[in-house]
Amino acid sequence: MQVDKTELAREFINLVPQARALQLEITEIHDGIAVIRMPYDPALVGDPDTGVIHGGAVSTLMDTCGGAATMSHPSNPGGTATISLRIDYLRAATPGQAIVARAECHHVTRSVAFVRATAHDDDPDNPVATATGTFTVEGAT
Amino acid sequence: MNRRPPEPVQVVKQRRDAALTALAGRVPYIRFLNISFDRRGDELTGVLNYDDKLIGNPELPALHGGVTAAFLEVTAIITLSWGLLWEDVESGVLTLDALEAGELPRLPKTIDFTVDYLRSGLPRDAYARAHVTRSGRRYASVRAEAWQDNHDRPIAQAHAHFLMPRKEG
Repeated sequence: MQVDKTELAREFINLVPQARALQLEITEIHDGIAVIRMPYDPALVGDPDTGVIHGGAVSTLMDTCGGAATMSHPSNPGGTATISLRIDYLRAATPGQAIVARAECHHVTRSVAFVRATAHDDDPDNPVATATGTFTVEGAT
Repeated sequence: MNRRPPEPVQVVKQRRDAALTALAGRVPYIRFLNISFDRRGDELTGVLNYDDKLIGNPELPALHGGVTAAFLEVTAIITLSWGLLWEDVESGVLTLDALEAGELPRLPKTIDFTVDYLRSGLPRDAYARAHVTRSGRRYASVRAEAWQDNHDRPIAQAHAHFLMPRKEG
């Protein structure tokens, strides 16, 4: 029987305490692409005047998604760690809506994986944030 | 002409601490990560109080990189806001009653945030300080670094830009 890779990744992310605390859910993962959803949670609000989610939670979502994309890339045999991450906040996410990140590991060398990511709420044509990141390639000699 | 005598130290401390508590205490996400702030005069040190839920790599184990980034961003925002607040707290324009009623300026908004990971975060408390390189009328530029046991062995550094809240009146 074929083991579903997405199912495996879901189980894997459930073992990460901070991912569980943010209720992150992998909805897609294959060939260097990962999509992760973070439901709206009042505990994650960064601006009490507006109810907008804190950028820090978006950082964790983007970082997790970038790492997952890197690990799902065919030429990356092992785990990964973030080297650097840059996030541009394009607009405030709409309070009450989930944030979905999509990361693409677009280039992998022997040592470094390069990732681009975007995040959006219920309006997929109008992203809330974009990110670029570099991640380690483990198992490289 | 008589000079006004200096305020008693406990009055000064109470007002400053009330301002800091009002500033950081009303942000749910700061409570979610259980970040507190040590204050010495106007200098703030963020403290990320360790909890198992902050782990991102259970095998090592290590703090989640996103948590470290968030900790730096929180420290940067609170330090920047604290700088804006300081004069009004010192001059008494912001009274204790007003602070406790939550009458605070709006928080700066993050425009962009860049983090470099230098070492993996160990499963214990972390500390962070932010340095406001420039605080303009519309934009601010802030650096921040986080460390654990040794200040000269930082686990991450960040730099970020913020959109400043509009001054009312």
